[in-house]
Amino acid sequence: MENTLEKLQEKFSLIFSVCDHSKIVNAIVKKSPEEIIDEITKSGLRGRGGAGFPTGIKWKAAKEAESHQKYVICNADEGEPGTFKDRKILRDHSELVLLGMCAAAKAIGATTGYIYLRGEYAFLKPQIEEKIKEYNELFKKHSIDFTVRLRMGSGAYVCGEESALIESIEGNRGEPRNKPPFPVTRGLFNFPTVVNNVETLAYAAIIVDEGASKFASIGTKDSKGSKMFSISGDAKIKGVFELPLGMKVQELVDLFSDGDTKAVQIGGASGFCVPRKLFKERIIGFEGIPTGGSIILFNSSRSMYRVLMNYLDFFKEESCGQCTPCRVGCQQLYLGIKAIHSGQKPLQYLHELQRLASTMAITAKCGLGQSVANPFISISEHFKEEICY
Amino acid sequence: MKTVMLTINDKKFEVPDNYTVLQAAKEMGIQIPTLCYHDDLCVAGNCRVCLVEQKGMRALQTSCTLQVAPGMTIYTNTRRVREVRKTIIELLLSEHADNCTSCYKNGNCELQQLAKEYMVDGNKFIKTIRYWNIDDSSPSIIKDDSKCIKCTRCVRTCEQLQSVSALYSAHKGDHTKIATFFDKPLDEVICTNCGQCINRCPTGALIEKNYIQEVWDALDNEEKFVVVQTAPAVRVSIAEALGIGVGKISTGKLVAALRRLGFDAVLDTDFTADLTIIEEGNEFLHRVTKAIRDKQNVALPMTTSCSPGWIKFIEHKYPDLLANVSTCKSPQQMFGALAKTFYAQKRNIDPARMVTVSIMPCTAKKYEANRPEMYSSGYKDVDYVLTTRELALMIQQAGIDFEKLPEEDYDSIMGKSTGAAVIFGATGGVMEAALRTVYEIVTGKEVPFQKLNITPVRGMEGVRAASITINGTKPEYSFLDGVTVKVAVAHGLANAARLMDEVRAGKSSYHFIEIMACPGGCIGGGGQPIPTNLDIRKKRAEAIYEADMQLPIRKSHENPEIKQIYQEFLKEPLGHLSHTLLHTHYSKRL
Ligand code: SF4
Ligand code: SF4
Ligand code: SF4
Ligand code: SF4
Ligand code: FES
Repeated sequence: MENTLEKLQEKFSLIFSVCDHSKIVNAIVKKSPEEIIDEITKSGLRGRGGAGFPTGIKWKAAKEAESHQKYVICNADEGEPGTFKDRKILRDHSELVLLGMCAAAKAIGATTGYIYLRGEYAFLKPQIEEKIKEYNELFKKHSIDFTVRLRMGSGAYVCGEESALIESIEGNRGEPRNKPPFPVTRGLFNFPTVVNNVETLAYAAIIVDEGASKFASIGTKDSKGSKMFSISGDAKIKGVFELPLGMKVQELVDLFSDGDTKAVQIGGASGFCVPRKLFKERIIGFEGIPTGGSIILFNSSRSMYRVLMNYLDFFKEESCGQCTPCRVGCQQLYLGIKAIHSGQKPLQYLHELQRLASTMAITAKCGLGQSVANPFISISEHFKEEICY
Repeated sequence: MKTVMLTINDKKFEVPDNYTVLQAAKEMGIQIPTLCYHDDLCVAGNCRVCLVEQKGMRALQTSCTLQVAPGMTIYTNTRRVREVRKTIIELLLSEHADNCTSCYKNGNCELQQLAKEYMVDGNKFIKTIRYWNIDDSSPSIIKDDSKCIKCTRCVRTCEQLQSVSALYSAHKGDHTKIATFFDKPLDEVICTNCGQCINRCPTGALIEKNYIQEVWDALDNEEKFVVVQTAPAVRVSIAEALGIGVGKISTGKLVAALRRLGFDAVLDTDFTADLTIIEEGNEFLHRVTKAIRDKQNVALPMTTSCSPGWIKFIEHKYPDLLANVSTCKSPQQMFGALAKTFYAQKRNIDPARMVTVSIMPCTAKKYEANRPEMYSSGYKDVDYVLTTRELALMIQQAGIDFEKLPEEDYDSIMGKSTGAAVIFGATGGVMEAALRTVYEIVTGKEVPFQKLNITPVRGMEGVRAASITINGTKPEYSFLDGVTVKVAVAHGLANAARLMDEVRAGKSSYHFIEIMACPGGCIGGGGQPIPTNLDIRKKRAEAIYEADMQLPIRKSHENPEIKQIYQEFLKEPLGHLSHTLLHTHYSKRL
């Protein structure tokens, strides 16, 4: 089994394989903005943060936005419980991230970039600063007018949301903005801004260098390319692995399970819970369950009530608190489940809560509040007995 | 202007392309409920009750934030929209202490109104009221966090309109609250007591501290002689507070109502507004004379001092410029000081048993009346301050049918006033009134504007400026002949700050600046009827200028009672008695 995993990784390693960074720089210098955007679009690369917005379309929109000033932001605020793959990329392959930013900058016409680093990753700061210095000079040497700066996050989960992140860089309270307008037209300091996460940028660098076809040949029609996964929970092997998108949950379970997996949480706290009976059906990818990369396995020793309460506790703390459905909804889901579990509310109240979760999904201002419905509905539906009794 | 076509509820409409869906719908006569939205403020989009469906979008969209676009298709009234709005109101109520029957905002509360319209079940969700703390430390404002829906209207008001930022959103998640610096009580933070936050709070979370019971007690006490004064702006808003329409002048009915309530003397703050013009006008001339004729170093521009919100603001934020502020007390405080001295003597009443009440458009006046220096009569000069809203409540409590009241006149003395005093109620009014008098003192001629209406200082622009060249002076002011006096007017403290930054930087070319803390001046004061918006303020201001035109005397120095008080009591402007009773000093505040 471990053999299979090794073989898979070998086959699909893009970020983890050795590459020639100066070759990538040359590719960026040589290619026109249009060519860069074209390659990215053809590759089918979609945002690796979870939402999966096509990267090529994002860059094109920012390129077409008229402005004398534009920005590229690397979202290194990885805060999803159960994910730590960006940390690994930043630690071992930060060159790729900086090169990806440079490619984005060239594509859209930005001269300044920011890396917004999660507060908890402060230990990486000296190392990244060193790299930034080195690459800023490298860019200069190649007459690329692009400078990268580092900004530290303050540890709020919502600052992973791109507009909250922008507010935070601007020195404001980290609260998501109203959208539209989107950052590609009005972002940092109201200038067009591309925000991509660490992994997306690393892949972008590779695609600009190698062309779209290799990347596009991996995965499925809707979910192209390789993807970093953080495997945790009741798994026999844990860690960060680069695997193709579009796998069945079962395939993953086969690779990592301790033999007793009853549920897999895909996409961290804001993702979906897949029960054993659906392992063979569900696809990990944009045609199935999109994910930022966190995969948590649960075996039969786990209480799914506890799991759900943990998530809800997390959300009711981490909601930025500005919009009603999320601020109040998270509290109500938490208290409601607790009340059902302890018998203070009848079983039927669960329907009320599921309706509430669905309402949050279409009314909350940002992805945080909208995605609480994912774990809530999937866990409470599939593990109703564990929740209620 | 570019326009776009969009479809709302299956009807096609054409609207300007800078509209939001909310604006477009409103224009089409389609109501969409709102809570965090306010005409005066930037859009927040956080309450989510204004959600609508946009074709092609999975999630609902907030109509207050959504810009119209060509071909857009919107539904404002689907089953889904109604259900979702209802759920949101129910969520808000779950963290809300909804004891409407004992709430000051009962009957005038946007949350309550929505709860009624959507027939919500207030107990659907588990109650989670986290903050029961009621902050009544301020003499003007009560902040009750258990009623707050976190719409941030107050935060945006305080920051954008007033540039004070006393309130902000603190913490996150279930701990989110509207807090002050370090959660200190309101009277310990930088707050001007302007009450603009109250005017925009959709619930009972921010209300004025009311002194209705104290006033009833005084009225019911046989021993007490209760004198009431009414500010200029109240006469054009009291009807509105009673639900009788915006922009109605009801001076006569106001007087009648106060008499029915049992006040022993119904007098007019407008009288001391006229007096302020005499004192402040002379102070201005004094400063200008020193500066221009004697080449002395005096603080110019001089700024007005009748707005207590503005005074507290400058004490906090520009203490280095306090010398620029006129030393005149506000008309309210001049009135209080004279009521318990001059008036008491004239009417032979022991000032110790006199209670002075003022009816003000302003919450900061409550603070002002309680300042320790405001005891120059030997007693507390002004005992209680009621807002327009509080007076309306008293009139209702007394069962007075306001509309049926006859028009009555103020008592005398200290009841007569002029058009110049009335316009104190609108932004620019003090300046206009002062110029009418100052110009005439200097030249012996009327200010050269048609019908005395100095229109450049009128209006709702944040900062307005005007200049008047003085021609043909009296001999004693010959040094002013040909001098162009430059004046400016600002309302709303953010605009005041713009002018003060210039003064601080030494870049101000003005001689005289009028500042009112509230948008629109006193007609938009923190104690005025709720709701408020630009249209409403304009209507109130129009009524003010109409009241001016209706009065037989329109210049403060021609008020016969003013002439009389100088003859009998004060002797001369800026004289010794004026100094003790009518002028004051300011202090730096942290
Ligand atoms: S959904 Fe939650 S995190 Fe997002 S804006 Fe609303 S309250 Fe803030
Ligand atoms: S704030 Fe409004 S809804 Fe709340 S108790 Fe007062 S009147 Fe009722
Ligand atoms: S009273 Fe005025 S200064 Fe004080 S908090 Fe309200 S808006 Fe701000
Ligand atoms: S105090 Fe009033 S205006 Fe301020 S957030 Fe609360 S409800 Fe809104
Ligand atoms: S009124 Fe639009 S979100 Fe509050």
